[in-house]
Amino acid sequence: MRPEISRAVSFIHIFLVTITALSLAFSLVTTQTGLAQSDTPRRPSADEVNAIAKKLYCPVCPNTPLDVCETKACEDWRAQIRDQLAAGWSEEQILNYFVEQYGERVLAEPMRSGFTSFVWILPLIGVVLGLVIVYQVLKGWQGKRDLEAVQIPVEDQIPAETLARIEKELREID
Amino acid sequence: MIADFGLVTLLLAFMFSVYATFASLYGGWKDRPAWVESARNATLLVFPLLSGSVMIIVYSLYKMDFSLAYIADVSSRAMSPFLRVTALWGGQQGSVLFWSWIMAGFVALVLVRKWEGDRELMPYVIMVSMLTTAFFVGVVVFITNPFVRLWHYPGAAELTTALFQPAGAMPYTPDDGQGLNPLLRHFGMIGHPPTTYIGFTGFVIPYAFAMAALITGRSRGDEWMRTTRRWTLVAWIFLTVGLILGGRWAYDVLGWGGFWGWDPVENAMFMPWLTGTAFLHSVMMTEKRGMLKKWNMVLIILTYSLTIFGTFITRTGVISSVHAFAKSALGPAFFVFIGLTFLGSLSLLFSRWGTLKSEHQLQNFISREAAFVLQNMLFLAITFAVFWGTVFPLISELVTGTKITVGQPYFIKVTGPLFFVLVLLMGVAPLFAWRKQAARNLGRAILYPFIGSLAIAAGWGYLHRMHPASIPGLWLVSFVILAILTEYWKGVQARSSSRGENPFISLVKLFSRNQRRYGGYIIHLGVVMIALGIIGDGFFKQETQGTLAVGESLSIGDYSFRFEGLRGYPGSDGRDVVEAQLKLFKGNRFIRDLRPRRDFFIVQEQPVTVPGVYSTSGEDVYTLLLGWEGGSQDAATFRIYINPLINWVWAGGVALILGTLVAAWPAKKERQEVTYVLRPDVLRGVLAQPETGN
Amino acid sequence: MRETQLESKQSVQPMLEAEQSSQPRSQIGYYVTFALVLSMLGLLAWGLKKAQAGPVQNGLAPDFTLRGFDGRTATLSELRGQVVIINFWASWCPPCREEAAYLERTWRKYQDRGVVFIGVDYADTDKEALAYIAEFDITYLNGPDIGTRISQTYNIQGVPETFFVDKKGQLRGVHIGPLYPPQLDEKIDELLAESYPGVAHDR
Repeated sequence: MRPEISRAVSFIHIFLVTITALSLAFSLVTTQTGLAQSDTPRRPSADEVNAIAKKLYCPVCPNTPLDVCETKACEDWRAQIRDQLAAGWSEEQILNYFVEQYGERVLAEPMRSGFTSFVWILPLIGVVLGLVIVYQVLKGWQGKRDLEAVQIPVEDQIPAETLARIEKELREID
Repeated sequence: MIADFGLVTLLLAFMFSVYATFASLYGGWKDRPAWVESARNATLLVFPLLSGSVMIIVYSLYKMDFSLAYIADVSSRAMSPFLRVTALWGGQQGSVLFWSWIMAGFVALVLVRKWEGDRELMPYVIMVSMLTTAFFVGVVVFITNPFVRLWHYPGAAELTTALFQPAGAMPYTPDDGQGLNPLLRHFGMIGHPPTTYIGFTGFVIPYAFAMAALITGRSRGDEWMRTTRRWTLVAWIFLTVGLILGGRWAYDVLGWGGFWGWDPVENAMFMPWLTGTAFLHSVMMTEKRGMLKKWNMVLIILTYSLTIFGTFITRTGVISSVHAFAKSALGPAFFVFIGLTFLGSLSLLFSRWGTLKSEHQLQNFISREAAFVLQNMLFLAITFAVFWGTVFPLISELVTGTKITVGQPYFIKVTGPLFFVLVLLMGVAPLFAWRKQAARNLGRAILYPFIGSLAIAAGWGYLHRMHPASIPGLWLVSFVILAILTEYWKGVQARSSSRGENPFISLVKLFSRNQRRYGGYIIHLGVVMIALGIIGDGFFKQETQGTLAVGESLSIGDYSFRFEGLRGYPGSDGRDVVEAQLKLFKGNRFIRDLRPRRDFFIVQEQPVTVPGVYSTSGEDVYTLLLGWEGGSQDAATFRIYINPLINWVWAGGVALILGTLVAAWPAKKERQEVTYVLRPDVLRGVLAQPETGN
Repeated sequence: MRETQLESKQSVQPMLEAEQSSQPRSQIGYYVTFALVLSMLGLLAWGLKKAQAGPVQNGLAPDFTLRGFDGRTATLSELRGQVVIINFWASWCPPCREEAAYLERTWRKYQDRGVVFIGVDYADTDKEALAYIAEFDITYLNGPDIGTRISQTYNIQGVPETFFVDKKGQLRGVHIGPLYPPQLDEKIDELLAESYPGVAHDR
């Protein structure tokens, strides 16, 4: 193909692509505004409901997250979440409502305030304490080294090479 | 009748185990070997007696003798014979009997072996293990007896249960039993109790030896650990497999797409595993270096006590859980037993504290000894975190009156980082030398795995930019795998180059020459595989839910699912099945049909959700049928999970079993295990002196 | 060998000293450990007792204020002199439905005779609760148990559960499960027959 024609062809390609892209973008934008202008309330999807239900536990069943619980009560609660989402409540509002209605035990993750904060604090203290104990234990063992640092006069030199080979063999038996 | 005979053997077993406890105590204390022999004989009889009771229950289950309350409770005509037999451990009474039987078996096994070196310990080993056995058998006899029968007072609305005929009541045999809880009719649930029970009861043996060592003051020596080494390993693998089977069961049957919920009962089983694993490693250190003796004692005492504690939580409902058996009178009995044994063991330990001094010293902070100490601490920290999270709801209620839930997010957030460090340590510690690891050598040993893993993590991070939190986890997994493989590589290279062997032969010989070490590496590989599965499933899981009319599709990720229709049919075991057909597509390519279903067990009025799953090594496509429109059956609701890498968890379990087989397999020649500690100063002295007759 | 013997003697000495000096420190460890273990056991004992305890059955009925769905409120302590029937229910509870009609009937029979019915809605959603009330045409006071506080105070084991409070405010028993005729009538008659100073004796 001759250079001028190929250049023209590529220009046309670019032009067509740009037009297509713009029109797509245009239709997308108008569709969005179209949606925004309609006033039918949005029906929250099951996934949105589950995303919030995941953070809650069933108030009556033992240790069952709300999104997997199959009892009628849990269905009602998920329906309630759906209604609240449809009414525009935020996740935080919904969670707070559940805590108020059913007690703190409805939250899957314990709160970080009040007495409940101790559930988080103690393990942290435990780990720090553990590290301190580890350090003390190791130090205590190390201390004994001094007890055994008996000076034996050494006149003979053992070649370091022999020593290394012995160590290597012993390690392999390990 | 036959069942009465089972009751007789049960009572005899109880009497013999009580006798054995006291006889061995007396014989050991007053140094009267005759009494110890007598106790030993009594102990050896307990197992056959309990076997009699167990076999009679199994026979009654097989023959469907519904006059026994337990049989009527856990079996029914609709159940297959195989399932009926496994109902032995399907209910409270049978499972405690089963537990006692396994424990008696272990004790008998331990007594049958040769006792050359440890004769001194035997009386107390018998005493401690028989005390535990007597307790459990006692619980069976007095509190949850499977030989209890059904009686009917004329005119009464309900039946009564009693061992012997109450005055004025008539024996009653129902036509059919209740049947086993439908959720329990799964291979995981069939395998899970026996394996976990074997695991838990197996740890009683090292515990008994440890207590005996403390009592006799022989705890200065480590022989008891050497003796019980294989027991510990076997108990450990059974417990590990038991936990994995439990997870697999939850995954297959409970229908929430996961395998571990951090439920109090699950935690209660997990804690002894944690301390048991720590114990398994810690004992290694004592063997090699004579150190960590106190830690060993603490760990085995904790393992034993946490085991009983676990049973306590499971069976009494002190902490509410989905798993708990119905409330029973077991609570007070278990509580007293836990209190006495735990306080008793601790007191004993404290009184002998001085005898547990370390034999050697630490040369350097960077050494395998230090790694072991750190590992112990990490395991204990995780155990504490799990314990704290499990009992905190109780504490909160006691102190503030508010009930709270400590759920999954807590445990993941608190134990996650600790497990991360632990797995890292697991990969790195075998590269550490005993006594002192020259940083330079360590650097060289770690260098290749480190660089390799960074490369993998970088590549992975690029592909999965959306999940930055997963990158450290995946780096860790690749690092540890490479570190372990490097160990094999080094071993093979050292052997084949020094002996001119074919590398493959070297690899095989490596295993036979040092089973424990290289078997241990396989076990570690298994752990890493499980870690990989957990990371994949934890960070990359996707789910969606939707209602579909026939012909409609739901999509998630690359997959789409077209609903073809529902059909109902009667199933086995007394259930009605409603099954949905989903066509699974990846992109445009049809892969296969998935058939999630809901079974409804008519007699128990209980639904069970059975997922339709497509499994590959990369992920599971897991579909659930949640419900369908009233009567029309034209639309159905589905939940779909994509669980990446989850099959690595089960594969890891298999690796664990293989590794344990390698590590625990009896060597062809049981050579005397000698440990070498090189002391250059002594060595120089030795080499300096001419040969004397000293 | 001479050197080793010398060495081991020298090393034992400090070790013994170390052992002795570690005594006082380990004493503290002793006490702390035992204190912790005992408190943990105490916690478990309490938990066990709680798990085995049933609903509150005796003594003064714990006081509470319930705000009904329709705006009415009731405070238990202000109802002295009347027999109070406290019924715990939930819309998702099938056995509750079995007794709902009977409860309403009995309420209408006794409402002018010094008997008060209070329905405590346990862990429910407003929408379903109101539908339930409309379905059975319930006219006595019903309100949600905010925070499940009332249910916890009464330590209910489940729903439905009905508590009987006499004129003096004392708890006179609990019925677990649905009530069937004539169980409730009999219990109310029994409690109504008791005297209370200042209140005319029921005929």
